[in-house]
Amino acid sequence: MYTASFLQDTDFIRSLYIVAFILFIVGLHLLNHPRTARRGNRVAAVGMGVAVIATLLIESVGDYGLIALGVVIGTAVGIPAARSVKMTAMPQMVALFNGVGGGAVALISWVEYRESLATGGNPELDALIPILFAAIIGSVSFWGSNIAFGKLQEILPGRPIQLPGQQFINIGLLAVCVGCAVAIASGTESEGLFILILVAAALLGNMFVLPIGGADMPVVISLLNAFTGLSAAAAGLALDNVALIVAGMLVGASGSILTMLMAEAMNRSILNIFKGGFGGGGAALSAGADGEERPVRSTDPADVAIQLTYARKVVVAPGYGLAVAQAQHTVRELADALEKRGVEVRYAIHPVAGRMPGHMNVLLAEADVPYDHLKEMDEINPEFPQTDVALVIGANDVTNPAARDVADSPIYGMPILDVDKAAAVIVLKRSMNTGFAGIDNPLFYADNTSLLFGDAKESVQKVLKAVEEL
Amino acid sequence: MDLLTELTILVLAAFVGFEVISKVPNTLHTPLMSATNAIHGIVLLGGLYLIGPVEGFLNELLLVIAIAFGTINVVGGFLVTDRMLEMFKRRDD
Repeated sequence: MYTASFLQDTDFIRSLYIVAFILFIVGLHLLNHPRTARRGNRVAAVGMGVAVIATLLIESVGDYGLIALGVVIGTAVGIPAARSVKMTAMPQMVALFNGVGGGAVALISWVEYRESLATGGNPELDALIPILFAAIIGSVSFWGSNIAFGKLQEILPGRPIQLPGQQFINIGLLAVCVGCAVAIASGTESEGLFILILVAAALLGNMFVLPIGGADMPVVISLLNAFTGLSAAAAGLALDNVALIVAGMLVGASGSILTMLMAEAMNRSILNIFKGGFGGGGAALSAGADGEERPVRSTDPADVAIQLTYARKVVVAPGYGLAVAQAQHTVRELADALEKRGVEVRYAIHPVAGRMPGHMNVLLAEADVPYDHLKEMDEINPEFPQTDVALVIGANDVTNPAARDVADSPIYGMPILDVDKAAAVIVLKRSMNTGFAGIDNPLFYADNTSLLFGDAKESVQKVLKAVEEL
Repeated sequence: MDLLTELTILVLAAFVGFEVISKVPNTLHTPLMSATNAIHGIVLLGGLYLIGPVEGFLNELLLVIAIAFGTINVVGGFLVTDRMLEMFKRRDD
């Protein structure tokens, strides 16, 4: 059969892999612009299809029944999950998809090791080292992602959970992983040791994410995304598979960049994040300098409606509270009503608003807010002094002037939205609780600030009704 | 393929990754994270590649799980990214 042998030719399969990663790179390139992003994602998906077909053509690939079983199970789980997830729950969905990827890497490297023990002992070092690396990182990524999912889904408490001697435990677990890996690499043939690596790495994944507070979770998910990419690249080295090497490394590189961008936006060093969340420092500070309750000015929807309607320019600063209350559609309706009355409405998007960079953009896009109305922090900050009303909805830490003015604040130096420079600030808040980071916000006590308490969505609805009645 | 050739490819892929991605605006960070997340589901290939040659129930079971995991990662990842990006449109579109 000439055709079959041609299709199964190694060079032909490798050529298909080249096509696949060209499609990945072109896809990522198209993801640079909102107009082409959707096409980019589809191009990358086609690349994945090509890579899968190419692999199925490899002569030694068999057991199609089992392959079909795995693919059917995966599809049956993946499609409904992706279809039904709410836009607000997107970060935990990404964490979960990332986790299963890491799990797949760990399982594959385990089977590879078992197989080579069964067929004549430890593999060559140039395969063994990547296998060990993939096992450790894949396992850390799987368990770490699950914990991140648990925290964001609020199955686990979002607050940092810390054990005494946490850092020593982590270093100990890492030492176990590396120690066993070195033992195997230097000639010990033991599946027990390999399983011990997987278990220690699993514990490490748990211990590494548990002490990190909810506010830092985007950075963690991004880092774990990069980890999974790197472990996939390592698996590619072990299997001599170019598609895995290239695609895994592309993700490793992108995840690392995203992680750095996010940490930078929060003015947090990656090292500090992994030493644990904001924790105690913020709590001590929120007791206040004088320990007394400071007065805040509260307002009502009718008053807010008047302020908004008679403004020339309104800037909305949305935060996670808006997402939780599912208020994005109502906010857009309010903006429409105001624009009909000649008010210019813009949205100020902090890089880490929501729970992931760009998360807020997705939520607002879902509510049909045109994306050219969304302004990034650097673009909108100079406009606040000319803004009549800054409407802060469910955002707290990203508007906290302490980050700019109070040198001993735990978030000092974090870039913020300068909403306090607007002529008037209206803050929609559920209660006087501190934000995710547990730090008090002087913005609430400022002279030009008034607070509208209540659920974000209900409050916006009331304001909208009041605007329509004016 | 020898190790050095593979490492060469690895290093070049890292630079391509940095270059192509560092230009992405904030607005698209979440979809980008989700899309790259789907791409690392390519580890699915490892499962496809190994399941034929391996022997034994446990090995096959582990690989079926790995293939299922990889498929969830790929299918779910691309779909969810598409859902996010579907929303990025101008009002006049």
